[in-house]
Amino acid sequence: METVTITMKNAPALYLEADNVSPDAFAGKTAAQIAELSVHEGNTTSTLGKYFEVIGNAGATAADTKIVVKGDVKKVKYLGFKMTAGELVIEGSTDLYVGAWMKGGKILAKGNIEAFAATAMKGGELIVEGNAGNYLGAAYRGDWRGMSGGKILVKGNAGSDIGMYMTGGEIIVNGNIDVHALTHAEGGRLVVKGNAKSKVGGQMIDGEIIIFGSIDTMMPGFKPVSEAELEVDGAKAKFSHFIGDMGERHKKRKGQIVYGNLYKKI
Amino acid sequence: MTKTITDVICPFCGTLCDDIEVIVSDDGKKLLEVNNACVIGTEKFLHSQSSDRITRPRMHQEDGSWKEISYDEAVEYTAQMLAKARKPLLFGWSSTNCEAQSVGNEIAEMSRACCDNTAATCHGTSLIAIQDVGLPSCTLGEIKNRADRIIFWGCNPAHAHPRHMSRYSIFPRGFFTGKGQMSRKLIVVDPRVTDTAKMADMHLQVEQGKDYELLDALRVAFKGEWLPDVVAGIPGEKIREAADVMKSGRFGIIFFGMGVTQTLGKNHNIDAAIAVTKDLNEYTKFSIMPMRGHYNVTGSGEVFAWQFGFPYAVDLTRGFARYNPGDTSTIDLLTRGEIDAMLTIGSDPGAHFPISAVKPIAKMPSVCIDPHLTPTSGVSKLHVPVAFNGVETGGNCYRMDNVPIDCRKVVEPPEGMLTDEEFLIKVRDRLKQLKEAA
Amino acid sequence: MSEYIIKNGHVFDPVQGIKGDKKDISIKDGKIVDKVSSSAKVIDAKDKTVMAGAVEIHAHIAGPKVNLGRIYRPEDKLFSCTPTHGMERMGGGASIPTTFKTGYEYAKMGYTTAMEAAMPPLFSRHVHEEIRDTPIIDEGAFPVFGNNWFVMEYLKNHEIENTAAYCAWLLRATKGYAIKIVNPGGTEAWGWGLNCLSIHDPVPYFDITPAEIIKGLIEANEYLGLPHSMHIHPNNLGNPGCYETTLDTLKLAEGFKTKNKFGREQVMHLTHTQFHSYKGTNWGDFESGAKEVTDYVNKNKNITIDTGNVTLDETTTMTADGPFEHHLCGLNHLKWANVDVELETAAGVVPYIYSPNISVCAIQWAIGLEIPLMMKDPMRCYITTDHPNAGPFTRYPRVIKWLMSKKARDAQVNAFKHKDKVLSQTSIGSLDREISLYELAQMTRAGPAKSLGLSAMCGGLKPGMDADVAVYNFNPDKPVANPDDIETAFSRCAAVFKSGIQVVSNGEIVSTGNKRTLWVDVHVKDNPQVMRDINEKFVKFYSMTQNNYEALGHHFVPNPYALEVDATQA
Repeated sequence: METVTITMKNAPALYLEADNVSPDAFAGKTAAQIAELSVHEGNTTSTLGKYFEVIGNAGATAADTKIVVKGDVKKVKYLGFKMTAGELVIEGSTDLYVGAWMKGGKILAKGNIEAFAATAMKGGELIVEGNAGNYLGAAYRGDWRGMSGGKILVKGNAGSDIGMYMTGGEIIVNGNIDVHALTHAEGGRLVVKGNAKSKVGGQMIDGEIIIFGSIDTMMPGFKPVSEAELEVDGAKAKFSHFIGDMGERHKKRKGQIVYGNLYKKI
Repeated sequence: MTKTITDVICPFCGTLCDDIEVIVSDDGKKLLEVNNACVIGTEKFLHSQSSDRITRPRMHQEDGSWKEISYDEAVEYTAQMLAKARKPLLFGWSSTNCEAQSVGNEIAEMSRACCDNTAATCHGTSLIAIQDVGLPSCTLGEIKNRADRIIFWGCNPAHAHPRHMSRYSIFPRGFFTGKGQMSRKLIVVDPRVTDTAKMADMHLQVEQGKDYELLDALRVAFKGEWLPDVVAGIPGEKIREAADVMKSGRFGIIFFGMGVTQTLGKNHNIDAAIAVTKDLNEYTKFSIMPMRGHYNVTGSGEVFAWQFGFPYAVDLTRGFARYNPGDTSTIDLLTRGEIDAMLTIGSDPGAHFPISAVKPIAKMPSVCIDPHLTPTSGVSKLHVPVAFNGVETGGNCYRMDNVPIDCRKVVEPPEGMLTDEEFLIKVRDRLKQLKEAA
Repeated sequence: MSEYIIKNGHVFDPVQGIKGDKKDISIKDGKIVDKVSSSAKVIDAKDKTVMAGAVEIHAHIAGPKVNLGRIYRPEDKLFSCTPTHGMERMGGGASIPTTFKTGYEYAKMGYTTAMEAAMPPLFSRHVHEEIRDTPIIDEGAFPVFGNNWFVMEYLKNHEIENTAAYCAWLLRATKGYAIKIVNPGGTEAWGWGLNCLSIHDPVPYFDITPAEIIKGLIEANEYLGLPHSMHIHPNNLGNPGCYETTLDTLKLAEGFKTKNKFGREQVMHLTHTQFHSYKGTNWGDFESGAKEVTDYVNKNKNITIDTGNVTLDETTTMTADGPFEHHLCGLNHLKWANVDVELETAAGVVPYIYSPNISVCAIQWAIGLEIPLMMKDPMRCYITTDHPNAGPFTRYPRVIKWLMSKKARDAQVNAFKHKDKVLSQTSIGSLDREISLYELAQMTRAGPAKSLGLSAMCGGLKPGMDADVAVYNFNPDKPVANPDDIETAFSRCAAVFKSGIQVVSNGEIVSTGNKRTLWVDVHVKDNPQVMRDINEKFVKFYSMTQNNYEALGHHFVPNPYALEVDATQA
């Protein structure tokens, strides 16, 4: 695996759109060529090299390429945009759209990340050591096809609108989440080790939500059905099991009606 | 002598009443009297006659005072500002006509700017919900002629759309609703006991921030499923009663406003209300309609959409259109420090935005196109007063149900004043020169 | 004005019966002329195909439901927008293009005239704003009449003269082009959540049947002698077995003869026939009814049709058949938008994915091709996709490829997951016919122009006609190596002229021309009763005043072209 290290040296006055910072865009290029890749600051187009120091050549393919991003990238958007393989390590905090539309590869964000990370994720892995913003692993506006695969782990807290229109994959949040989790989900799994607020699983058709902490207000469309003992992330515990959203339409699988499942630790 | 002009369209709110009568002086220079409009509409027409109208552009000086400049100088400042800016924002558009909005779009495209309208703080969340789940709706005349179940959810038309109930929703005797108000049942959902709520057959005093839960409970009630004893402060039996009232009608409508679009959950509240409406179409006929605020915010959304593809929060900085509220929407752009120049027109963000979004406007090159002195004009570098659209100039506007009505000019603007469209055309032409020279 | 000479091209012009001869086409002052001076600009059309500009007879490209589609589908524009460049404004929208993109894309494919298929009259200002903002191509719009309260009340008592007077008034008030009927009666029933699925189902309250509405409007149309015939989207669209409702509808035209001064011969135009040609009783035994429908149309020459080809794309359905859209949402559970329009009509919008892996979609694709392959008279069968319902209009080159190449059709059939079902439920496998270029010119130019009553103006290259000309990089003398070359050639013209101005060169826009809005100005005898009825309904039932309804000032229609009709002696 070849490593390319880019270090912020020339901070943008506005925000930088760095769609080309991905193993796929870097693959097969030398440091000099990578420095020539375009970035956008508002309506002006410039090159990566104008803002970042670029050291190291990329691998021949995305899978062979690792990118390390150093320096203050709090005003840089789209790191890891549409990546399909390889690795991306962001040493500090960064802005919107981390790993948006990614299909594979691994991203490690060591600080906090802002909204719209892993939009419509199809595969791969995103690990966030700090907090994540709103719309983590959500669908793009208007699209009923949201996150369909891959894994997201947030060690801190996450915001609102996690996993909207999720159809597959897994999101784990070690901390707390804000309102609206897995709204309209038709598959996928969310595990929250901390607390949730309200509007959990609203309009859900299928999928699984496991909350270890508290839920301030339950959705009325979630009907208590039983208790269950589950093993989640290596630990066993007892949960109240709810099915829902009973106000929503339901699908059938092999003749049986399918519901979303919500587990709240007792 | 005087002239009476009929079929005048009131340029204030989304009700867009078009039966106003205005009496003007024979020479067409003085507006004397307004009939049929509500208190707000009447004032909209009459206040154009104030003797203290600002009639020329003014530049904010270093010491905080204002200096009058010519329209040409104002055009120059605006065009230069937009030519140099790396991420300008053209915001507002809701109190002007579609013709001006269209010129604004040309300017935005040429200067590779962001453009947005007041839906950003109003029904933008409704648009997000519509983009997720659709919108079963109708024109206001359908309500007048067919509707027997009216729901006002999170809105107070008695105050905000004063003639709505008499022209469309509660009182009219339409083709199939000959008994007028007597043939209709009204449900109001609002945490407050508003003047509209006082008229209701049923007032659900929903707990603040829990509309989403109540809407979900209604959907559960339609299906006859289990409900908790109380949801959002409303007892389960009352929810089932409301569900039955809705299902038992022939034609129902949910009108909704800021009480759900800008409270906790925002677009999700509207999403759930649309889901309720969709569900009701299994049992009867139901529609839903946003109570649009500004008289032509709907038009701005329409013009943005047919020219760029998105109804608000449009980012043209890459030379093609992109859209994602939260990233491309005005308050986020301002509070995050993404913008380096701002043009405001046909709106008053200074009055309505959080202060953290208004402060940046004061720090950057900024233009405010507005006949009034407003908090926005107060913090902008350049204030360009223009003729009142819908009073001193005509032009197409779109009602809250998307019906287009061509506003009329009823009186001359003060001597030498330009309209929005005229000013923007000059800016566009000057900007074109600057871009070609660069 | 400029002179041009398009030299040495292979000309296909059904108006003059030219079937590929090498001929020069001369243009002067916006018209086709016999000859031009030596200072004419030369366009080299050697080894190229030259036809008149194509005529789109039915597409949803301008108006409230089109824009509702744009507003509610941001995902239709994700990653696919085109930037501002050259003469072009920025554009976007895979299935519902923005207005600028619509004009450019049509022009680049050689289309010079397009008809907006359904205008809700209350929204005419919106339709015209979008038409105005669609560059290059001439456009007209069809107001809808089949669920209109005035029409239903007059036709219940068979008052043809009053119906005709109302139609004339409405065409003028909305600057409309033709009498369009969508799901007659059923969309008024939809005002109560109901529908009319057969031509004999009475409309609630109005107590008139679709059959009576249809026949009455044929009569009114011929009473007035309009350029186009009534244009109908029949009841029961899209349901297995609907071909019977289609035949019932077509039979209502029997015995009617047209009376007009525009060269039109049909009294009924049946639109997006593919959606109305389904046999079977459910989605399981779903099969093609194309043979039954085309047999009838082949025998009955007072009917024209357009195809409504499925292109196998993710697209957006939108139609004034409100109840159908609600039904479709029940099938695919995708977002549903609906607008009921007081006294007039409704509209619905639902996204749809025509997946080649779904047997129903594959059969629909096959039916769309069977129809033109089974129609004997290409002058009475026109190519459309009912854009965007069966697919985006930008796929016309692909549809042309399928029609001109059996090899291309077979390749698509072989790519279907349920190939066997497609072959058993349709006859696409056994149709060997390949449309010739001359037939293509009939089906996309001369035919639709004649049906619309525009045959004097466009659809052909006869001197005196408008200089709307398209030059394709397609050599009729060379055998086609790869059918995809057909699609490529018809996607981007070498040159396009609109009203004598060159608008496309080498596939790029070089001028946005001076488009016109075509509309029909009908003069009838004074009819005080109808005027009084109109006035009364505005006072009592509309939510807008009559004066504001009729306001359609110059800024909406800056370049109108009115076809004058004198029906005062009718």
